[in-house]
Amino acid sequence: MEIATLTTLAGIVEYAVPVLFASIGENITEKAGITNLSVNGTIILSAMGGFVVSMNTGSLLLGFLTGALIGAAVAAIVAFSSITLKQSQVAIGFILALLCRDLGYFLGAPYTNKPGIFLSKVPIPGLSEIPILGPVFFNHSLVVYASYLLIIITFVYMYKTRPGLMLQGIGERPTAAFARGANVKALRYLYTILGGALVGLAGPMYSLAVKIGWAGQLSGLDGVGWIALAITIFGGWNPLRVAFGAYLFGGLQQLGITLQSTTDIPIQILQAAPFPLMIFTLLLVNVGRAEWVERELAAMPEKPRKVISKILRALRTSPPASLGVPFEND
Amino acid sequence: MSIQTPAVKTSANGRKKGLLDFGIRLSAVILAFVFTSLILLLVKADPLEAYKTLVTGAFSTTSKITSVAASWVPLVIATSGLLFTFTAGLWNIGMEGQIVLGSVFAVGAFRLLDNTAMDPTLVIIIAFIAGALGGILWALLPGLMKVYGGVNEIFGGLGLNFVAKTIAIWLIFGPWKRPGVASSSGTEWIDIKYRLVNMPGTNLSLVILIIAVIVAILTAILLKGTHFGLKLKAIGKNYKAAYLLGIPTTRYFLMAFGMCGLFAGITGAILVTSKQYSLIPDAGFGYGFLGLLVAMLVNYHPIWSSIVAIFFAALTIGNTQLQYMGLSTYFAGVLQGILVLFVVLVDGLRKRLVRRM
Repeated sequence: MEIATLTTLAGIVEYAVPVLFASIGENITEKAGITNLSVNGTIILSAMGGFVVSMNTGSLLLGFLTGALIGAAVAAIVAFSSITLKQSQVAIGFILALLCRDLGYFLGAPYTNKPGIFLSKVPIPGLSEIPILGPVFFNHSLVVYASYLLIIITFVYMYKTRPGLMLQGIGERPTAAFARGANVKALRYLYTILGGALVGLAGPMYSLAVKIGWAGQLSGLDGVGWIALAITIFGGWNPLRVAFGAYLFGGLQQLGITLQSTTDIPIQILQAAPFPLMIFTLLLVNVGRAEWVERELAAMPEKPRKVISKILRALRTSPPASLGVPFEND
Repeated sequence: MSIQTPAVKTSANGRKKGLLDFGIRLSAVILAFVFTSLILLLVKADPLEAYKTLVTGAFSTTSKITSVAASWVPLVIATSGLLFTFTAGLWNIGMEGQIVLGSVFAVGAFRLLDNTAMDPTLVIIIAFIAGALGGILWALLPGLMKVYGGVNEIFGGLGLNFVAKTIAIWLIFGPWKRPGVASSSGTEWIDIKYRLVNMPGTNLSLVILIIAVIVAILTAILLKGTHFGLKLKAIGKNYKAAYLLGIPTTRYFLMAFGMCGLFAGITGAILVTSKQYSLIPDAGFGYGFLGLLVAMLVNYHPIWSSIVAIFFAALTIGNTQLQYMGLSTYFAGVLQGILVLFVVLVDGLRKRLVRRM
């Protein structure tokens, strides 16, 4: 395979990482029945926070930690407002999405375009020498390897462990989970904050590893969080499918960068390319549930009906049954 | 979400409750200012000086006051549109893109009809109608996707915001590019005869002010005083029950989106004819998102939202003066966000207390 192709593929793997962390974080939160809509603002604020802290302390670790803490703190507000106060999750999330974005730009203004530190590549000895796979998957910075672990650990935890089954329970049938002894509210707090911390990590992953530096609005992070939310839905709340969605998005972004050097299409158009696709995929995964589709299908002759409903069912995803519904344990 | 409105109640008991609600709301606002002051101290700015700069930056001269009014116009129209979707229980986050499409269609009409013998006033009216159509079209998309495709209107709207921006950018760099070199600063300006004239010595066109006042009043009447508004409210409260009671929910959902799109389109046309005079990538100027915040802050109340919109518009205008204090102009967004956040949280606390008692 040509070197250029390998670089592109490696770029896809790298570009997908922050989105992957954000959408898996959101996946965990939503699995517990809470929608944290603040993702877009959280990523911008934590990208700025992580950059500034690492620049001032010289510690990358502290930079990432700051990002996670910011994400956890924002998620804690969402959790308090929706679990304890039972306010609309959409409202609080949307307010925080706007507020954190502007707060990030406001507080980050003095640090715009300042030189900072960043994560360097650590090829994994042995693995990185495998032809094709090596340069694509194993010649990256540490956050990329962390993303592989995150996908596997989240999947195994969610579907193969007891606490993971409980996590599904509090999002699907909280009353049943409560009857079996689960502290639904405490667990929802836990998973909202944990998911928020993962979303928060996505910020420094941009500013310290993937899109190095802080350039305020020109960092181009506005919009990524909304994509991460859409990927969670596209992925049907399953970490493996979510990861696939994140790579698909990374692929489109990378394609944009590659095309930029060969065509004269403005970069903004290429950057926006994933959005029509996002809408289209949302239609694809949802349309199977629409009433008129069922009616049309029923009117069809048997053969095409079977094929079409099979396709629709394979695409269809459904959210945790109690997503967005407040829980009252008395 | 349901924040208690400070609506006027007739009985003495109701008045007491209204007063209490108002007090609670006021305490939320005070808390928000305290919190914002802490953030200002964090960036080593004097909070009092910052607030003073905001006020003088918005109200110290006639030209500034009329600038505030000129900024209030698009905000109050956008918010009015959102009140229709909110009343029906819908989150029209795609508002921003709907304003962009309004601007696109308005600029398109001007380009199409430029160099014709048509009377400029007539052309302006046609551009406003075109803008309205653009807004309606772009608002019906998430509506149709929700009703017939099962796509949550929040995500449909968000995606369409980005698509709208892409359309604007494509036009600016492609078919509508300036002669010579295309630039992100926008398309060519519309001819001077198509621009709305400001009142002498001010930054405000009387025409847009009248449009905004009409829209605000019309919205209050439609939502509070007609069957249409009542049915929307019923759907917003419980759409399954409304459906069972015989309200055609699908049609009303689409009508709410349509009304919102209509006002979004008019907002876009106003921004083109009185502010920007061309199409730029961020043609919505954030008015769609800001309108969502205003509506949430007043618990979707039409009259209160017109009043709060004055305050938000003043922040946006006064904000530009903060640069001279070395502060970023994102401050207005920070203050607005914190205000709404605290109002929602304090309202939640109040309801929790009521539940406990």
